Amino acid sequence: MVSAMLALAGFFVSLYLWLWKLGAVGSLSCGPGGGCEYVQTSPYAMLFGIPVAFFGVIGYLGLLIVSLLGLQPRWAERREPTVALVALSGAALGFTAYLTYLEAAVIHAWCRWCLVSAGIIAAIFLTSLVGLRAAVSD
Amino acid sequence: MAQGMNLKPFYWGLGLVAVGGGAWIWASLNRGGVEMYAEPLPASEAAAAASFPGYVLGSESAPIEVNEYADFQCPACGLFWTLTFHDIEERLIRTGRVRWRFHDRPIDGSHRFARMAAHAAACADEQGRFWPMHDQLFANQRAWSAERNPERSFRAYARAVGLDLSQYDDCMQTGRFRARIQAEAEAADNLGITSTPTFVVGRMRISGAQPYDQFKRLIDSLSTQPVPSR
Repeated sequence: MVSAMLALAGFFVSLYLWLWKLGAVGSLSCGPGGGCEYVQTSPYAMLFGIPVAFFGVIGYLGLLIVSLLGLQPRWAERREPTVALVALSGAALGFTAYLTYLEAAVIHAWCRWCLVSAGIIAAIFLTSLVGLRAAVSD
Repeated sequence: MAQGMNLKPFYWGLGLVAVGGGAWIWASLNRGGVEMYAEPLPASEAAAAASFPGYVLGSESAPIEVNEYADFQCPACGLFWTLTFHDIEERLIRTGRVRWRFHDRPIDGSHRFARMAAHAAACADEQGRFWPMHDQLFANQRAWSAERNPERSFRAYARAVGLDLSQYDDCMQTGRFRARIQAEAEAADNLGITSTPTFVVGRMRISGAQPYDQFKRLIDSLSTQPVPSR
C-alpha cells in the first residue's frame, strides 16, 4: 500500500518533469537558482532520444500497477508481486543513483524534483524489501 | 500481504493523492503561460500605464525620431529586423542622425505569443537589456513562433542576454507590464496603426518591411527641412 502511494506520487513528479520537457508546462517551480531547468536542459536529460522523465512516468506507472496487483486477493498470498517490486524498484534505484551522480559530478547542478523522485524510489525499494522479508518469513 | 484487510480506506487515500496530483499538474499547465498574455486588459488598467514613451535607441539630441510600431511575432517585423534594421542602426542611429523609438503593437488575432514576447522584452528592459532581448526575439522568431508555449525559449534568451533570471521569472509570473503593453496597443490603435511594422517619422508613415534605401531617402529629405513635431 505504501509503495502504491509512493509510486503514484512519483508518477506525478515525473509526469510534471516530462510535460515540462514537452513544452506543455511553461516554467518549472524549482525555487531559486534554476537548477531544475539547468539539469533538465542538459544532454543527460535525454536517453535514446527520449526524455528521462518519460522513463520515470512509465516506471512509476509499472510500480503502481504491480503494487495494486499485489493487493488483490488472488495475488496477496503470493510472493511474485513483491519480488517484482523489489526487482523493478531496485533497477530504478540504480538508474536514479546514476542520474544523481551525474547531477553531482558532471552537471554540477541539483534538480529538486529529480531529488524528490530519487527519495521516492529509494523509499519504494526499502518498503518492497521489508515486504519481501515478511513474505519470506511467512 | 493484505489478506483480510479492508482496502477501502486505502483506495480512498490513493484516489485523494490522484486527485491532488492531477490538480497540481492541471494548475501547472495553466499557470502563467500563454493565456495570461493573450487576453487584452480592461481599458481602466491600461489607462494608468499610458505614459510609457516606448523603448529608445540612439541619442536624445538626434534631429529625427523614428517611431516603430511592431509585433515580435509578425513575420514582416522579423524580416525588417533581419534585412534593414542593422543598417539603420549602424548608419543612422549610431551616427546620431536618428533616434529610434520602439512601440509594442501586438496583433492579437493572428499572433498568439505577441504579448508574451512583448512582456519578455519589457522584463528585459526592467534590467536595462531591452535591445539585446529585442534582437534575440526577432532573430529566433521562427523557432519560438512554432512552439506550443515559448515561455521557456524566452527564458533562454533572457539568460543569453545576461538577465538576472530570478528577477526575470518574477517579472514574467506577475505579468507586471501587461497594462503597459495594452496601453501601447491602444495608443497605436488611436493613431490608426493596424498593421506592423509601421514607421512614423514626423508626419510621414511607412508600412511594411521596407529596405534601408527607403529610410535613408526619407531621412535625407527630412534632414534638409525643419523636423515636424509628432
